[in-house]
Amino acid sequence: MAQSAAPPAVAPDAPLTLPVRAILPWAAFFGILMLILLYFVGAEGGTAAVFSGEGVHEWVHDGRHLLGFPCH
Amino acid sequence: MNSATVRTLLVRGMLTGIATGVLVFGFAYLVGESPLRSALVFEAAHETEHGPELVSRTLQETAGLATGVLFFTTAFAGIAALAFCFALGRIGRFGPRATAGLVALGGFVTVFLVPFLKYPASPPAVSSPDTLNQRTALYWLMIALSVLIGIAAVVLGQRLAPRLGNWNATITASVAFVVAVGLALAFLPAVNEMPEGFPANVVWDFRVAAAGMQLLLWASFGLIFGHLAERVLEPRTANAPTQQAVPPQAAPAPH
Ligand SMILES: [Zn+2]
Repeated sequence: MAQSAAPPAVAPDAPLTLPVRAILPWAAFFGILMLILLYFVGAEGGTAAVFSGEGVHEWVHDGRHLLGFPCH
Repeated sequence: MNSATVRTLLVRGMLTGIATGVLVFGFAYLVGESPLRSALVFEAAHETEHGPELVSRTLQETAGLATGVLFFTTAFAGIAALAFCFALGRIGRFGPRATAGLVALGGFVTVFLVPFLKYPASPPAVSSPDTLNQRTALYWLMIALSVLIGIAAVVLGQRLAPRLGNWNATITASVAFVVAVGLALAFLPAVNEMPEGFPANVVWDFRVAAAGMQLLLWASFGLIFGHLAERVLEPRTANAPTQQAVPPQAAPAPH
């Protein structure tokens, strides 16, 4: 860390914020990863199947109903 | 440094999601499985054909349910942790714990409560398989709409705050949210497929269980993640005032 790169002066009572450019890469990558995770709980097998058959659907079936996703 | 902070918060958010998932699974197993089993009894008595069972009921109720719940809680806790990073210091003068609580409240309302009002969770054998594609699309659309309206309301509140003050800006943004959500609820197509003779108490118990799971998820996320996030952010928030408030100890007072 370069000594010259001093952090911008923040007013003592300014609320702490995280810069958007530091969040965006994580949001883009993990946001999509999380949506894929949700897809397997909420939609896989019913509407569009990435894996053939109903195995994934039946495995998470009770969770799908109880978590509010449409099923049968 | 800031990117590392976001990563730390994201990791803690997902760990919170796993911990929450254990709680939600326990609740779902104890409270949700009972009406679900009753629905399957109704289904068995009324169905004409039955496909081969790929996963045994015992596995579906235990490991299967746990998988579904943990995927769900971890995914939403991760997304909520990212939302927390955006919200911190931008939605008002709230510290990490209050911000986590507000993000959790927003998640509960937009991701669950609003879609639930239009397309409530239903036990097996209630809905027709023929309309599954349409119902799935509508449900995800409802979640997306509700989250977008929620974000728009927060931005509106931010914009109005300098002019109206925090209190009135918050009320105006909340009313705008309720009106916009109400319009979405009114204009999206309804789904009414309840079969003849389906026990109403089973549907009620099932929906109470489903709502309880979400309440447990978002409440425990807000509390646990708020605590963890404060410990990550505490050095900065706690040091700033301390460095100014505490005078240097170098010169002890003469006796
Ligand atoms: Zn089903």
